Amino acid sequence: MKKPEFDKSILIQEALKELPSPARRLFMKRGVTLGGLSLLSGCTVTDEASAERMLMKISRLNDDFQAWLFDPNKLAPTYPESMITRPFPFNAYYERDKIPEIDSDDYLLEVSGLVADKHSWSLDELYRLPQTGQVTRHICVEGWSAIGKWGGVTFATFLKRIGADLSAKYVGFKCADDYYTSIDMQTALHVQTLLTFSYDGKILPPEYGYPMKLRMPTKLGFKNPKHIVAMFVTNTYPGGYWEDKGYNWFSGV
Amino acid sequence: MNYGSINNNGFKTVNQNHKIIHPLWLRLGHWINLVALVIMVLSGWRIYNASPIFAFRFPDMATLGGWLGGALLWHFAAMWLVLCNGLMYLLLNIATGRFRKQFFPLRLRELLRDFAAALKGRLTHDTLTEYNAVQKLAYLFVIADIILLVLSGLVVWKPVQFPLLRELMGDYDNARMIHFLAMAALLAFVAIHVAMVALVPRTLIMMIRGR
Repeated sequence: MKKPEFDKSILIQEALKELPSPARRLFMKRGVTLGGLSLLSGCTVTDEASAERMLMKISRLNDDFQAWLFDPNKLAPTYPESMITRPFPFNAYYERDKIPEIDSDDYLLEVSGLVADKHSWSLDELYRLPQTGQVTRHICVEGWSAIGKWGGVTFATFLKRIGADLSAKYVGFKCADDYYTSIDMQTALHVQTLLTFSYDGKILPPEYGYPMKLRMPTKLGFKNPKHIVAMFVTNTYPGGYWEDKGYNWFSGV
Repeated sequence: MNYGSINNNGFKTVNQNHKIIHPLWLRLGHWINLVALVIMVLSGWRIYNASPIFAFRFPDMATLGGWLGGALLWHFAAMWLVLCNGLMYLLLNIATGRFRKQFFPLRLRELLRDFAAALKGRLTHDTLTEYNAVQKLAYLFVIADIILLVLSGLVVWKPVQFPLLRELMGDYDNARMIHFLAMAALLAFVAIHVAMVALVPRTLIMMIRGR
């Protein structure tokens, strides 16, 4: 291909003829200001604390907006097993060597807050609940995604079984790895929200959250707690590990 | 009307000092859009860095937010600015008839002629009040590109809540790719746009003062 010749000089000459000098100076000045705008990128906002407060306020409004947008009847897409990502990535706020080791014999799931039945659940009891499964996409807040297959009990079934106050605002979770998070009741009751005990047909392995992970294909990955040891129903905002550091709380997809 | 033609006689055909060419709402919208998109792109780079699609990262120094969480806060705050400002722009453009007047008709013959002239560096403005065919195409392109950025962004943000858009974009991972490429296309437009403004600085004054 022939390289196009671009004769800038004609345009420049013509433009300069037309431009009176004060305007030219103004242009230079504006040029500097426009350059100054790029300083924003260094994240040296003059008043960092107030900018952060403003951003957090908007993030709370975004929580409300997402709760409004959330349609309990909309289902996350499901995929054929042939599309499962292998190996499914391990992801946590720590490395593999810190994965908690949990003894199934001693394990008990504590239940508290606005629930009628506060007895703790052994794994055998949980495994006896009606089981279902799904192949869905896990979307990480970092942007990557992976398709996996989880099996367990529909969380709504479990909440009804423990006599939870379904009009309460939040369900909070505490995990064996000191992780914690919380979700809105609407999402907790979504038909695809499962309390899962298996991954790809096998008992949930430690790296994916043994003995149980709350799996929600309608929320970002970090909202799906693993190694859950306690859960509670409440009307007081419980926050979360990443949420308290600045990730958006609702984080629905 | 004889707009977009090749003319080396300068452009003193209209007394441009007394006629408002860009109405105030347009100028305001333009600069708000600039601020909003700078925030979106720089925070978007930081978000990209958390899990790059390609074998490169943006230098952290050139990004906004300090870390992934900070960048997400900026991104999901400035998106409202882009959305509201963009809707206002489209609405006022259509309501005032400016859209039809400035961008249409866009004829292939004029486009080819003006494009050839531009490559030779001989494309000039008869008047600054009217766009030549290449300009029309460039501005229509960037409007469409920003719409694509918003729509692909909606799918990346809410693939479950927007099933139709998700299918159109070819599922989540594909939407992410489209979102990135649309950003790259926006930057390509900005590079040419700014170069053109540098060549005809009067256009910058016009976007500030309106005439």
